[in-house]
Amino acid sequence: MTVEKEINGINKKPQKPKDEVVIHASGLKKAFGEKEVLKNITFDLKRGENMVVLGKSGEGKSVTIQCVVGMLKPDEGDLKVFGEDVADMSDEELKQLRIKIGFLFQSGALYDSMTVRENLEFPLTRVLRLKDQAEIDKKVEEVLDNVGLLEAIDKMPSDLSGGMRKRVGLARTLIVNPEIMLYDEPTTGLDPITSREISELILHMQKKYKTSSIIITHDLECARITADRIVIMNDGEYIAEGTWKELQKSDNELVRSFFNETT
Amino acid sequence: MAEQAITGWRKWMMGIGEQCVFFGRFFRNIFAGGFEWSEFVRQCYEIGYRSMMLVGITTFIMGFVLILQLRPSLVALGAESMLPKTLAVSFIREMGPVITAIICAGKIASSIGAELGSMKVSEQIDAMEVSGANPIQYLVVTRILATTLMVPLLSVIGDVIGLFGGFLALNITDAISFSLYFNKCIGSLDFSDFLPALVKTIFFGFAIGFVGCYKGYHSNKGTESVGIAANSAVVTASLWIFVIDAIAVQITSILFYR
Repeated sequence: MTVEKEINGINKKPQKPKDEVVIHASGLKKAFGEKEVLKNITFDLKRGENMVVLGKSGEGKSVTIQCVVGMLKPDEGDLKVFGEDVADMSDEELKQLRIKIGFLFQSGALYDSMTVRENLEFPLTRVLRLKDQAEIDKKVEEVLDNVGLLEAIDKMPSDLSGGMRKRVGLARTLIVNPEIMLYDEPTTGLDPITSREISELILHMQKKYKTSSIIITHDLECARITADRIVIMNDGEYIAEGTWKELQKSDNELVRSFFNETT
Repeated sequence: MAEQAITGWRKWMMGIGEQCVFFGRFFRNIFAGGFEWSEFVRQCYEIGYRSMMLVGITTFIMGFVLILQLRPSLVALGAESMLPKTLAVSFIREMGPVITAIICAGKIASSIGAELGSMKVSEQIDAMEVSGANPIQYLVVTRILATTLMVPLLSVIGDVIGLFGGFLALNITDAISFSLYFNKCIGSLDFSDFLPALVKTIFFGFAIGFVGCYKGYHSNKGTESVGIAANSAVVTASLWIFVIDAIAVQITSILFYR
């Protein structure tokens, strides 16, 4: 584990105002057939902030972040990323936006016909169009070292455990230096110890790479470790918002029921 | 009942529309720059080299069996010497290309359908897309172009091996030298036998790659859908092979055999 490692080689992103809103959503609605998944979603994500969306499975939490990267189009509402309306973007603009956004899938979504090294090289050669092999090798080794998996560089994804796959997935996402990170259930399917390690790694990487993040989860421990701010989603709407401590003291019975397990 | 028919019709039309859009995306991405040469070469190896043994064995047996089946009829007509010619014409014009294409539909279309289907299920295609990479260029263009190139090559190899199978079958009952047999085969063929057969295998190859990629890329998210994509790819590609063959024979008849 490299969570405790010294933070070195911090990325050279230009400093931007901390209160800048990087994602603005208001009145988002999305339905699949008869089922209304998002009913009225409104939120702002500020630069450098970790926002956790907490809710039961099947509530449509992931749909929100899929709208952010343009995988899905909201039926109604306003969704702006870096001030630009995602719905109005051309394919090329969407591609440029996606380079600035990292998306960690629930399964890790590693390309299973490629080694770990090739998985990490893929975004460098296909997205950033890097040609210098020495530079590519350096970046791959650096980011793998950051997630503590340098020794797995030539392994196939099938040889990795669930936690290792998540870490490689995280490394592959971070290697292009995104400004926003979207995590879709990053600890689902992992044992409690590995879940905690992944949650700490997310926090560590956020500090190191200075990303703004939305973390979709139903894992309270993950939410407690990673969140600057938590929103609770229920039945397609955000019903409460606040820090971990604020929400623990909430008068709302449904909100309290989320925290009962750990208090 | 009528409502069901309308829904089915609408679904079918939407499928056609989706395929047209998919073709458009494929075509645009061929010329989009940044062609994936290494993946293309890898696919050529996977599709071409790894199918060679299966195509070789099948066409060898078909050539062998065809001679054994034809011989009694031609002997009865006193046309035994026509055996090499009959085999060569039927094999080069029809049997070789179609058998090779059907074998490739079973092996290649299903494997592409299953591979892309499982990539879809495990969110690998989504991951490529949201990273800003181009999955059509990397996964689809390379596979379709590789099948379009390799199926004609496999067909030519299959033709040669099929004729060789016929030679061995003929030698069970009749003694004929290798050079005489191949001289008779080649001597009975002309340009109008080779060219249409080669051209239609290019379309067979394209259909196999396109159907495999389309079915895999558009499979639903669920493990069951991987099997459905693979199965549907084989059935649809096989059907397309016969449709293309029927059209090709009509065009060839108009152009060459009038």
